[in-house]
Amino acid sequence: MSTYKTSDFRKGLKVQIDGEPYLMVEMNFVKPGKGNALYKCRLKNLIRGTTLDRVYKGGDTLDSADVEEVDAQFLYKQGDTFVFMNQESFDQYELSAEQVDDGWKWIKEGTVCKMLLYNGNPITMEPPPHVNLKVEYCEPGARGDTATNVTKQIKLETGGEVLAPLFINIGDILRIDTRTGEYVERVRN
Amino acid sequence: MTDSAANPSAADPCPRDAASNFGPSAPWDRLRERAELLARLRAFFDAREFLEVDTPLLSADTVVDLHIDPLAVNLFDDPRNPEQGTRYWLQTSPEFCMKRLLAAGSPPAIYQVCKAFRAAERGPLHNPEFTIVEWYRVGDDYESGIALLAELIQSLLNVPRVDRRSYRQAFLEHVGLDPHQATIEEFAAFAARDPTVQLADAATIDRDQWLNYLLAQYVEPHLGRDAPEILCDFPASQAALARVRALPDSSQRVAERFELYYRGIELANGYHELLDPNILEERNRTNNLARKKLGKQELPESSRMLDAMRSGLPPCVGVALGFDRLAMVACGAASIQEVLAFPIDRA
Repeated sequence: MSTYKTSDFRKGLKVQIDGEPYLMVEMNFVKPGKGNALYKCRLKNLIRGTTLDRVYKGGDTLDSADVEEVDAQFLYKQGDTFVFMNQESFDQYELSAEQVDDGWKWIKEGTVCKMLLYNGNPITMEPPPHVNLKVEYCEPGARGDTATNVTKQIKLETGGEVLAPLFINIGDILRIDTRTGEYVERVRN
Repeated sequence: MTDSAANPSAADPCPRDAASNFGPSAPWDRLRERAELLARLRAFFDAREFLEVDTPLLSADTVVDLHIDPLAVNLFDDPRNPEQGTRYWLQTSPEFCMKRLLAAGSPPAIYQVCKAFRAAERGPLHNPEFTIVEWYRVGDDYESGIALLAELIQSLLNVPRVDRRSYRQAFLEHVGLDPHQATIEEFAAFAARDPTVQLADAATIDRDQWLNYLLAQYVEPHLGRDAPEILCDFPASQAALARVRALPDSSQRVAERFELYYRGIELANGYHELLDPNILEERNRTNNLARKKLGKQELPESSRMLDAMRSGLPPCVGVALGFDRLAMVACGAASIQEVLAFPIDRA
């Protein structure tokens, strides 16, 4: 573990506070009236997602957090546990439904996700920004109706739901933006 | 690929990203506005018969301040041994040389527009190299010095008025504590009650650091909200190169130091100048000891400026104004980078 001096402080730094990993999301240097330098930081807890505002003085230090991002493949779900495998080391990780959060909607067996490890343990999982998924169920499509501004509810093979245009049919492959949870286009029918 | 590209030489310490933008970070209309503002500023001083002076940026002397860190330059004579030379300092403000001019009998009113350098200062309101406007007028006292600053800012920003408040009034209003009388425990208790933000390692800090934190966090954001505002009568411990006087009806001593704020941004700092070289020597010694305690490099305590004070500095008021910040508020920019052609990360 290394330490960061205030002169190292910048957005994007991963640090450890009270035993938990934080991401520095904002950093403002202030120096009121010829006084000592202050560093106003906003820190995001990488486990709980909560934020913390702290002010540091020039000369203060923060411990670095051993946080690493790896590629991990989704293997299977067992009860409420999601099992992934590190693409490089083949280590297996078990994530709770809470840790996976909304990500379950966009992953199926074999999907390679970004996983954040803290001291070697998984803390969060992020699906790829775009995924292609098959439509498991929807109301029948109206052939020839290519309007994209009218939508209907679609159930995907993962169980996740999205809004998609009326011309989509069961069995179509759709491209989804996982960051917004929105339909992008039909890849194949 | 050439050798120099494969192996960047010492002469090129910053590897340049091929995709990086060579152009200015400030839009052209801002740079134009900045130039016009500077022309109006010069006209203001010229109309009042201030002489524009030009003093060295590189000097053997530097201000000995606990929180201002000058950049050292090695002035070498033999290019084959660039490490062997005399240490000079890039000036953190032109104060020393301008006071030497005053003590040597310059015209009574002088001003300068130049670059100043301060290490380890980077942020939305800081660039390590910045433009400073500094002026001195012999014969001014505290009140007339403040009045001149107010007049300048009214004229440059076209505002109808400039407010004024003492450091104590501002603290009483926004912190509810008397900055001169309250105890460190009271400051700490006030800060601890804030659920939104905490000061790290608060147990180890001294009185001035508390004042500084509370000022930055709770007072400054409110200063100059409606109109530019001059904060005056700083704690005596923060006098720097200003005189100290006792408040009427009490033994409380305050520094005759004032700062201009607009929309929460500190724009200028002025002193009813300290004339006694012995007091300055004492402050230099104290500051160097405090610097040493923090592990900072010590700075030269004797200087030609002290010599000038010994020979007699005429009574005067001096003010330094951050020109880049003035340009920021004049054109509504959110950061100093928006009014600089090339801030440090693309300098």
